[in-house]
Amino acid sequence: MTPVLQVTDLTVSFGDVRAVRGVSLEVSRGEVLGVVGESGSGKSVTAAAVMGLLPPGARVGGSVRLHGKELLGAPERELTALRGKTVSMVFQDPLSALTPVYRVGDQIAEAVRVHRRVGKEAAAVRAVELLDLVGIPRPGERAAAFPHEFSGGMRQRVMIAMAIANDPDVIICDEPTTALDVTIQAQVLEVLKKAQRETGAAIVLITHDLGVVAGFADRVLVMYAGRPVEVGSVDDIFYRPRMPYTVGLLASLPRIDRGERQPLVPIEGNPPAPGALPPGCPFAPRCPLHVEACDEGEPPLFEVGPGQRAACIRWEEVRPWAPGQRTGDETGLWPAGRHAGEEARPWAAGRHAGEAGRARARGRHEAGARPLRTVLEVENLVKEYPLMRGAVFKHRVGTVHAVAGVSFDLREGETLGLVGESGSGKTTTLMQILELAAPQEGRVTVLGRDTARLGRADSTAIRRDMQVVFQDPLASLDPRMTVHDIVAEPLRAHGLPASGRRVAELLTLVGLDPSHAARYPQDFSGGQRQRVAIARALALEPRLLVLDEPVSALDVSIRAGVINLLASLKARLGLSYLFVAHDLAVVRHIADRVAVMHLGKIAEIGQVDAVYDAPAHPYTQSLLSAIPVPDPARERTRTRILLEGDLPSPADPPSGCRFRTRCPKFRSELTDEEREACVTVEPEVLPVGADQGAACHYAERRDVVRPGGIVR
Amino acid sequence: MTLSGEELAEEAVRDVAPPSRLRVVTRRFFASTQGRIGFAVLALMFLLAFAGPLFTPWSYTDKDFTAFMQPPSATHWFGTLQTGSDVFAVTLRGMQKSLVVGLLAALVSTALAALVGAFAGYFSGWTDRWLSWVTDLLLVLPAFLILAIMSPLFGAGQWVLFVVMLALFLWMVTSKIVRGMTISLKQREYIQAARFMGVPPVRIIARHVLPNLSSLLIVDATLNVSAAILTETSLSYFGFGIQPPDVSFGTLIADGSRTAVYAPWTFWFVAGLLVVTVLAVNLVGDALRDAFDPGAKGRR
Ligand code: SF4
Ligand code: SF4
Repeated sequence: MTPVLQVTDLTVSFGDVRAVRGVSLEVSRGEVLGVVGESGSGKSVTAAAVMGLLPPGARVGGSVRLHGKELLGAPERELTALRGKTVSMVFQDPLSALTPVYRVGDQIAEAVRVHRRVGKEAAAVRAVELLDLVGIPRPGERAAAFPHEFSGGMRQRVMIAMAIANDPDVIICDEPTTALDVTIQAQVLEVLKKAQRETGAAIVLITHDLGVVAGFADRVLVMYAGRPVEVGSVDDIFYRPRMPYTVGLLASLPRIDRGERQPLVPIEGNPPAPGALPPGCPFAPRCPLHVEACDEGEPPLFEVGPGQRAACIRWEEVRPWAPGQRTGDETGLWPAGRHAGEEARPWAAGRHAGEAGRARARGRHEAGARPLRTVLEVENLVKEYPLMRGAVFKHRVGTVHAVAGVSFDLREGETLGLVGESGSGKTTTLMQILELAAPQEGRVTVLGRDTARLGRADSTAIRRDMQVVFQDPLASLDPRMTVHDIVAEPLRAHGLPASGRRVAELLTLVGLDPSHAARYPQDFSGGQRQRVAIARALALEPRLLVLDEPVSALDVSIRAGVINLLASLKARLGLSYLFVAHDLAVVRHIADRVAVMHLGKIAEIGQVDAVYDAPAHPYTQSLLSAIPVPDPARERTRTRILLEGDLPSPADPPSGCRFRTRCPKFRSELTDEEREACVTVEPEVLPVGADQGAACHYAERRDVVRPGGIVR
Repeated sequence: MTLSGEELAEEAVRDVAPPSRLRVVTRRFFASTQGRIGFAVLALMFLLAFAGPLFTPWSYTDKDFTAFMQPPSATHWFGTLQTGSDVFAVTLRGMQKSLVVGLLAALVSTALAALVGAFAGYFSGWTDRWLSWVTDLLLVLPAFLILAIMSPLFGAGQWVLFVVMLALFLWMVTSKIVRGMTISLKQREYIQAARFMGVPPVRIIARHVLPNLSSLLIVDATLNVSAAILTETSLSYFGFGIQPPDVSFGTLIADGSRTAVYAPWTFWFVAGLLVVTVLAVNLVGDALRDAFDPGAKGRR
């Protein structure tokens, strides 16, 4: 089969920085190629180069052929004719790709008419057809809406509709689902699959999410430091990787389908800056298999199997990482060895991995045996915001029920994961706790004190014992302060001596080099910054740590190190964590208990394995089933419980059960009499297991992650 | 790691004391050529203004009745004025006044702008309403008129009052900008993080809000130095402000400009020193701004 799109030896440089250094790839009709890499690996630049969308300062070399026709250096007029017709693109952020002032239907019709000679009427009809194809409800009506009236998921569907408007041969998708919630991601991926079936196009899917690739791609190309380091079929890459980087990526992923708690295996160090690459193999400074020969020159892509190539001189010795294998285990090649060099490199991320494993074994408890002392208790918390309209005369047009009666408790030494999609109210809940103010309704008790009855001195005392780590360390660290001042700040605020020794101790505790205390946050990489934020939070030796999405802003290979650090710190210092996240895999890995929020209420709460292995609430079930697992075989056999539509507006929640408009059970399994209860009565959280409760009238536990039916 | 990064790391190891912001900023300030030159020039100017009179037999009130309007010579280094005053002596006297008035007025006005703006923006509510009201009131009052009316009060030795008045009419616009920026800074996560850590509000303003507005404030202060010197100059030019027999750059320039054509020494020495002062202040301001901003290339 001749490839539709063939890229050979593509190079892109901006000034002195070589962002892409020799990428070759090809896709054939009907094939999906996944391009995986961390930020800065050059994957998005590659896509932009193929589309001819690079900024003017970029220098491009190599060749990009579409149906054998060279695109690089082709006149702009020809490129414009191809773009959108033969090749089309789906971006990460659909709002910036759609023109805000035109109606969605008109924009699609426009896309059709640019490349084909059809009448206005015909184009409009085609636009509605396309909207219907991508699953937009009431397409005729919605075609007349403007982009801002669509939710993120719906906008992405519109983008897909535009991308397939002219039956393209190649669709390039750049992180198409990264900005979306998991349930919406599942819907959009489904639409993409359908679009591909309809058009038979080749798809290049660029993403950092190995789970998405496992379920969707036929072949995978792994990029690192601007170059492909491994190419092969999806099964080869996931089950028989030959490049240490790929192995490392797979080993560092927390997974929702793994109950047994192994510490993750982080890749040490950070990806190299494109301007300062190591002399030989770009992965050498982080590679556990590194030998001197690696530094002699950049390894080419070796043919390591049928259709599989890897850029590693020791590929024959590389073995996939098996779950259960421990750090420092001598049996497996990954990630053994390489510990002598660790001290030499100041920011070795892996220092805590082994400890974390031991810590887990100690710190974890079984369902039913919860610790006794409560550090945080939330009862029936309610938070509403007025919904204001009008530019001149502001008037109240409604109420946003952001949090509508949430109750949970957190015991000493426990980690409670609070998960939910955007708009679920998890952040509002968190802020209510952190404010230490009297809640609108309900009660918040922090460390035994009711927040409604706190004096100034009391709340200062509580703040000392409750610290917070935010999602984006770049935003939560004052850019104008040195790391020393940042870490010392809580000490000073509470009148404690902030000596250089204490700060150095704290930095060492989180695995940073204390001699870097004079630096500013911007001199650190993302993972290191988050460590600084953690060091600051630990300065006062708190009892309760509130973590707001602490790893979601970090790259995959860095994430594991921070997760391990959190786990080991918890065990060593006896901390309790309230861990707010949208990533369910991370929560499964770190939490003891989990509370799933939906539209301001708790849908399900309980011991983490119980909830993940046998979720009882239909929402939890669909949420878990929507999460892609980095395991192609399992992905192929899984069935997704797809939710319909978007999250209802919290300003106007449905009556009765707040999930009923999207509930698959309500839609297809219940009889009319049974539905009656869902519509009229709001379900309470009722126990369904030893330590598991669900807010559903018809809760029923079933395993949705692993294929296999209903659990008892 | 870049080369400068390595240097920094090495230095930090040697430096055992906690590397707090003050030290780092000071080090970065003096590491830049701009900062060093600016600081040196300013220091020289002060030295000249306050120690210079010791080296000349003439004081600014002395008049040499044997030399009117003489060009620079061995007895009168900068020449003499029509009245027989020694230009060197009066220039230094004027410089004492103008340096102090200019720098102080600029610092006071920027500090006022920063504090009022930051408090109004951070606390909102009634604090904000009151402070904004005062700001607006001062903004609509014609500053020049009031200064002119009040200037008879600034007799001998009243220059402190003069500084305060000057500052009082320079701060409002900056304060409004600071208020706006504080409101947006308040939403930033690091401010929230400090709040949740239990840092008291006044301390948050001092340690987080103001340092993050430092670029704006430093630029503002730099501009204010020139503005204050020039306002004082124009006030003096109209006969308000500093009154004879005392002199300032303003009065000297005003007098000198009349005779500048045929007796350039009466004008150019003063004008030159004023330009050098303003330039030095600008250099210091730029260097300080870069030193505060970790993003700037501080180590050249
Ligand atoms: S070439 Fe050497 S350093 Fe590079 S990945 Fe292979 S073993 Fe590691
Ligand atoms: S109560 Fe009804 S609508 Fe709500 S989740 Fe359960 S089955 Fe679905």
